[in-house]
This record gives sequence, C-alpha cells and structure tokens, in this order.
Amino acid sequence: MQQLLQQLINGITIGSFYALVALGYTMVYGVLKMINFAHGGLFMWGAYVGLTGLSLLVAWVGQSGPGLIFPVSVLVIVTIAMIGVLVERVAYRPLRSAGRLAPVISALGVAFILESLARNVYGASWKTYPAGLVPSGRIVLLSEARVSLMQVMVLLISFMLMALLYLFVYRTRIGTAMRAVSLDHEVSRLMGIDVDRIIATVFLIGPGLGGMAGLIVGLYYGSFDFTLGWSFGLKAFISAILGGIGNIPGAMLGGMMLGIIETLGAGYVSPQWKDVIAYLILILILIFRPTGLLGERVAEKL
Amino acid sequence: MANLRARLQKIPPLWWQAGLLTLAVLLPLPLSDYYRSVLWRTGLYAILGLSLNIIVGYAGLFQLGHAAFYALGAYTSALLNLHFDIPLILTWPASILVAALFGYLISRPILHLRGDYLCIVTIAFGEVVRLALVNNIFGITGGANGLSGIDRPVLFGLVLRSPIHHYYLVLFFLVLTLFAVRRLENSRLGRAWMYVREDETAAEAMGIDTTRAKLLAFVLGSGWAGMAGALYVARVPVVSPDLARFIESVIMFCIVVLGGTGSIPGVFVGTLGMITLPEIFRALKTWRDAWMGVAMVAMMIARPEGLWPSRRVRMEIRGEE
Repeated sequence: MQQLLQQLINGITIGSFYALVALGYTMVYGVLKMINFAHGGLFMWGAYVGLTGLSLLVAWVGQSGPGLIFPVSVLVIVTIAMIGVLVERVAYRPLRSAGRLAPVISALGVAFILESLARNVYGASWKTYPAGLVPSGRIVLLSEARVSLMQVMVLLISFMLMALLYLFVYRTRIGTAMRAVSLDHEVSRLMGIDVDRIIATVFLIGPGLGGMAGLIVGLYYGSFDFTLGWSFGLKAFISAILGGIGNIPGAMLGGMMLGIIETLGAGYVSPQWKDVIAYLILILILIFRPTGLLGERVAEKL
Repeated sequence: MANLRARLQKIPPLWWQAGLLTLAVLLPLPLSDYYRSVLWRTGLYAILGLSLNIIVGYAGLFQLGHAAFYALGAYTSALLNLHFDIPLILTWPASILVAALFGYLISRPILHLRGDYLCIVTIAFGEVVRLALVNNIFGITGGANGLSGIDRPVLFGLVLRSPIHHYYLVLFFLVLTLFAVRRLENSRLGRAWMYVREDETAAEAMGIDTTRAKLLAFVLGSGWAGMAGALYVARVPVVSPDLARFIESVIMFCIVVLGGTGSIPGVFVGTLGMITLPEIFRALKTWRDAWMGVAMVAMMIARPEGLWPSRRVRMEIRGEE
C-alpha cells in the first residue's frame, strides 16, 4: 500500500511534465492538423534557457534560493514563446496549403536545427542546475508515503498552469476563437476570426508551456543533455495521442496516465522495461480506441 | 531549354539506364576508400528509401518506425551466423523473412488506423523493438553493446572485405530493387496502392481489397528493409540497437519525402540530401545537422511537393498539367 501510494505520487509528478509538453503538441495539432516535431526541441531549449538564467542570477545575487525561480520562469516562457512564434512564421506558415507531408518534414528540419544549436552552444556533456534552488525537505502523507517539497512545488506549478490554460481556452473570447479555428479555418474566417493571429497565439502558448516544462524538468532532475528533446518529446507526444490529439483535457489526462503507467511499470515489473510497457499500452489503446481516450471520432484523411 | 528537354526525352530509356549503370559501376574506381564507403552508404540508404517508399510513397501510410525492420534484418543475419555458423549469404533470405513476418504481425492489427495515429503506433513499435534489443531480450541480443565477431561474407570463394566489394554488392541489390519497384509501381497492386493513398473510401468502393493492399505494402517494405539490414552486417560485422534508433527512422522518412513521395528518382535525391552530402561535409561536424535542418525547411518552402516528385503528386499540389 505504501509503495503503491508512493509510486502514484511519483507517477503524477512525471505525468504532469508529460502533460505540460503534450499540451503544446495537442494545441498545434488542433489548429493546424500537423504533428509539431519541433516541440520537443523547444521544450529542451526551455531547460537550457532556464540553466543560463539561473546560473547568471545565482552568480549575480550571490546565493541560491527558491525566490530565483520566478523571474527565470518569466524569462523562459517569454523566450521560448517567441522562438515558437518565429518557427511558425518562418517554417510552417508558408506551408499551410502544401498537403500534409511537407509541414512534417519542415518540423523535423526545425527539430534538427534546435538540437544541433543546443549541442553547439552548450556542448554535448550533461548540464547541471545550480544547487539549493529548492529546499530539500519532505512531507509525510497519510503516515506512509513521502512527498518532497520539490514534488509539491512541481505539482503546484503544473496544475496551476493547466488550470489557467483550461480557463483561457474555454472561458475567453480568444480561447473560443481557438476552438473555432480547430474545427474549420474557412468558416472561422467567415465569422470574422483572424485565423493567422489565432495560430500565432497557439504558437505563443504551446511553446511557452513547453519551455516552462523544460525548466521544471531541469529543476526536478537536476541535470540533462541535448537528447532531452527527442526522448522526452516522444513521450509527451504519446501522451497527447493517448488522450486524443487535439483535445486539451485529453492531453492532461494522457500525460498523467503515461506517467503513472510508467512508474507503476518500473516499480512492479522492471525498471528496464517501463518504456516498453508504456508503449505497449499505448498501442493497445490505439488498437481498441483509435482516436485516443477523449478524442472525438472524426473522418481523417492523410 | 524546351528544345533540349525534347531532345533528351527522345533518347530511349534503355540508354539512360545503361548509361547510369555504367556510371555507377565506374564511379568508385578513381575514388579513395573513404568515398567508396560513402557510396556504399548512399546505396544502402537508397535501398532503404525505396523499401519505405512502398509504404509511405505508394500506399500513403505514415511509417516512422522503419529502422526497426532494418535492425531486425541485421540481427537475424548476425545471430544465425554467430550461433549456427551459417555463412552470411545464406542468412539473407532469413533476414527478409523475419523482417517481413514482423511487418505482418505489427501492421495487421493497426491497419484500420489512419494518418497520424498510424504514425504514432509505428513510432511506438520501433521503440519497443529497440528497447527489447537494448534489454537483451531472451538473452541473445547482447544488450546495449550488441553483437560482434560476425563473419565476413564469402561470394564464390571471394571474401568480401574492402569497401569496393561492398559497394558492388549493394549496387547489385540496388539494381535488383529498382527493377522490382518499377515493376511493382505499374502493376495492378501498385495502382491499387496509389488509389488507396488518394482516397481509401473510393478505392474500397471500386472493389479494391484495401486491407490486403496495405498489408502487402507493409510486408514487402519491411521485408526489403530487412535485406538492407543484412547488407549492413555484410560490411560492418557489429550490430547494435542503435540501428533501430528513432532518428534513423526519421532519416529514412525524410529520404522518401524530401525528394517527393512516391517517386523513384525522388528517393535518390533524398538519399543524396540526407546521407551523401552530410557524409561528405562531415568536416563541419556538429553543425552538419543544423544545416541539414535549414535545408529541409528551405526545400519544403520552395518545393513542397519534393525535389523530384512523381507527376501525379506534382499535379495535385501545384494544380498544373
């Protein structure tokens, strides 16, 4: 019981990372019907920008502490969101009417560029975040499982961001316009929606969240290297599909599920095979429910 | 220009083919061993591209896990040689069969998935294969380090060890592949694939067994990737799970799409862009991938239909004759 509770807590923590990144995949898919393979690279750049920001700030302030995280998060979100919009403008917008394969290749090209840039700017070695950013205490829950302060912080930030996004998409005018664009570009345009601007907004929010997730992952694990984008990005993408791509609550659910499945698999079956278990469950879900858990059944054409 | 084109078109295709083949045979002779292995790699990836082109280009199925079948072919050849001492050449049919069998088993349950969902399942299968190899499944795959100490192939008493031998071996298989895919493209099955790609519902309504057509695309494409894996082992007597990395699948996918999906010359253009040029500019080292990325984005913006597209696809995207 204790072990199960502990695994669930760890699973939800990792799942919240996947969910944050998955939101970026799913939002872009919603409006453009394309898999944004560059998203993993943007997420990884969030971790690197966070590293630079934190290191500079620690050196400037002279001491390390949780108070430094807030200004750096703002820096990360703004930088990555701007890169996201730039990528859309340069690499995707000219390909709006070019079928489905050309944007995929373009996205893969951007992913290559982002990874190669990271490797050249920061080097191929593992990078470590400054120590002492988060107090290392633990909270005992139900007298059995332990939650570290780091996990509490990570969960708080992720859930807050997801709640904000949910409110934004479902309660504001721009959010409504976004959902309209994901249904039909032409009709949205007829209703007076500036489709290009909405798509740019999506590329502001998705990569912003992804960049923030990069910072959180950097804080949580402490170290990472330039392969983070592909490996983590792939998992997050799978989460998005698991929940039903294009569906925002689905991405959150899918991320949590993948995180929990993975940690349970690692805890009860074998840590080596946890990824295999996650992938096999994904395959099974897609075989029996081809549009994901919360996805609507839509006629799809390649 | 138009005059020149008309004149070139008057030359019978057989002449073209004979000319290109002669060029391919003579090309490595003045080159150093390094460039001969670049040529070998080009040929190998052209075979892989042509095999994936059956799945992605003809049948229009998103396959982003092709490297798994390449790895399966390589491991089959390596394992049979190491454990049963079977000469490499005799393991090749087994490589094809094993990869084709896995292609069948994997694609059978997921054929009803469309578009991006199919793509993600193939990525997942690719990763499962790679992780199974890393985790030393059944204790035979040697884990993350893979297998080594595989024999050299012997052909009519000649031990193939220098780059030029391997180049000619790959060239032979490349010509064979070209012959086969050209025949396939214009066959009843090939036309069925393209119909499925353009409009699956209409294809079904016209009496095409779409499930069978898609299954055959997967089985043939996967099996031939297995052959390419065996050819890899023939040159590099070490196999590792790196063969099945996602990035390998991505490169194969780009080879097919960059040059133009469903187009045989397109596969060669794609191989040139994704394999040959990056190999030659290896001196640029780490910046090579960035330039490759820039080139991919720029080419798609300039020519979304690919560099050397098939006529059908070009007409569809550009709307011209």
